Parts: sequence; C-alpha cells; structure tokens
Amino acid sequence: MLIAVILTLAVGTYAFRLSGVVLRDRLALPDGVNRLLPMAAAALLAALAVTAALTEAGAFAGFARPSGVLVGAVLAWRRAPFIAVVVAAAATAALLRLLGVP
Amino acid sequence: MRTAGRTATPASTPALLRDVGAIGVAIVAIGASFGAVAVAAGLPVVATIAMSALLYAGGAQFMAVGLIAAGSPVAAVFAGLLLNARHLPFGLALGDVLGRRWRDRLLGSHLMTDEATAFALAQPDPAGRRRAFWLAGTVLFLAWNLGTLAGVLLASRVGDPLRLGLDAAFPAGLLALLLPALREPQTRRVALVGAAVAVLVTPLLPAGLPVLLALSGLAVLLLPRRHRERPC
Repeated sequence: MLIAVILTLAVGTYAFRLSGVVLRDRLALPDGVNRLLPMAAAALLAALAVTAALTEAGAFAGFARPSGVLVGAVLAWRRAPFIAVVVAAAATAALLRLLGVP
Repeated sequence: MRTAGRTATPASTPALLRDVGAIGVAIVAIGASFGAVAVAAGLPVVATIAMSALLYAGGAQFMAVGLIAAGSPVAAVFAGLLLNARHLPFGLALGDVLGRRWRDRLLGSHLMTDEATAFALAQPDPAGRRRAFWLAGTVLFLAWNLGTLAGVLLASRVGDPLRLGLDAAFPAGLLALLLPALREPQTRRVALVGAAVAVLVTPLLPAGLPVLLALSGLAVLLLPRRHRERPC
C-alpha cells in the first residue's frame, strides 16, 4: 500500500511536470497566449510565496515568519544580494522566535 | 538578486551557484527535517529515501507522510497531486528552457521545482534561463536528497528548522527572484491580484487549490486601461 501511494504520487507529479513542457511544444500557442505564460508563472510563484509567508495549514502562521519575509522583501527591493535577503529573512524569524514571538 | 534580471544582464555561473547554494543549504536542512519526521512517523527508511528521490516535492512529501501516518493513504495521493498540479503551468512557462531534446525534457522535468522555475525565469535571455534551470535543478535535487539521507541517519538529533527561521527563507527567496518580473506593470498587477486571491481562499480550500486560483489574476488583463502596453 505504501509503495503504491509513493509511486502514484511520483508518477502523477512527474506527469504534471512533463506534460506542461511537452504541451508548450505541441500546442503551437498564439503569441498572445505565449506572452501570458510567464505572467501566469509569476502569479503562481507570488501566490506560493505570500501564502507560505502568511499561512500554515490554512491558518495564520504567526508573526515571526511574515516579519522575516518582510525584512527579506524590503532588502530585495533595495537590491541587496540574494544571500543577504535569504539570511536576513531566516535570522529575523529565528530571532523573533528566540524572543518568544510565535 | 542583484546579479539576475533586474539589471537585465545574465548572471555569471559563479554568481548563480552562490545564490542557488544559499537556498540549497536551507533545503538540506528542510530535507533532514523531512527524513527525521518521516522515520519518526513510522515510514520505513527505504520508503523515505525513495519518496525524496522519486516524488521530489517537499510540500507534498510532508503532507503525504502526515496523511499516511493518520491512516489516510488515498487522501495522501489526492492531496499531494492537488498540491503538485501547479507544475503543469510551470512546465508551460518553461517550455524549451529545459532543452529541445527528449533526454533533456524527460530528465529536466523531474528537476522542476518552485525554486528552479523561479531561478530560471529570473534570467533575461534563453541561454541564461537554461543554465539557471539546470544548475538550480541539479543542486537543489542533490541538496534535498542528501538532506533526507542525513535526516534518516540522524533521526531525532535533527533540529527544528523553525528555530533557524528557515520557513521565512523560502518565501523571501522566491520574492527576491520574482522582483525583476514584478517591475513590469502588467505582470505586477497579475501577480498581486493572484497572490491576494490565493491568500483570501487559503482558509477555505484544500492546500494547492488556492495557489492554482492565483491564475485568476490573469483576468486583470481583460480590464480596460488607459496605458495599454503591448510588449513585443
């Protein structure tokens, strides 16, 4: 049973991954639609980032994580190096938790 | 990411490697946490390692382990697949970034993650996107699987990634990679509306669906606007 669950998940996920790549080639999409695809990906990634920043299992994630992400986002906006963004976000959240912020 | 996109110059390989490495370190730690959690939940060591190698999707793996441990294997499959459906539009957006040969498509598809997609799309030109995708894809795959292996071996000695604030590192990294694209007004509107929709419906819908509903942000392009831009 466990093997079946893992294999079904693995095959299904791989099918999602591959089918987008193959469909892009086969569908010969009009330019207008092709122009939308990077925007669609940006919307998905932005939604992932924001939901991951704010929520955990469908509820508010607490203050430490969004604060860390906000510090990282401000640094990114100010064109800080990528490593600084990631480290500052993690350090802020870690520090707030150390101080007892949920 | 100073090196990519924002200045419209492709990132050099060492600069890319440094940036991918920063996320890679965090992924090793989260992978170790997954390995430890899965083994503690009663998953056999081989199944845990196979899951990271074959499924290779962190969110779905944590969710599946939880549901399997709760005795709901069918729910684990449906929830995991719903969570991973976003890879289809990622594949559509990436297209030839993986390469035109079947070997590249078949292998590259397995390496497709949120982060690899974000690193690739942050690059301004096709060659840079391909390099960034393969570099991030390979490094992060190794990081996740090495992390899992370490977690399985060290088990209870693995620390809590929350104490290191790593849960804040991933959203911040994704936002940093998205910023160049978000400086374009149309993309920014689409992404903001999509993200807002996703957050609003997150308390109501099963995981995975809110992020997919972010695609509704594309509807803002239908609104009439005074400054209608037509990028080539």
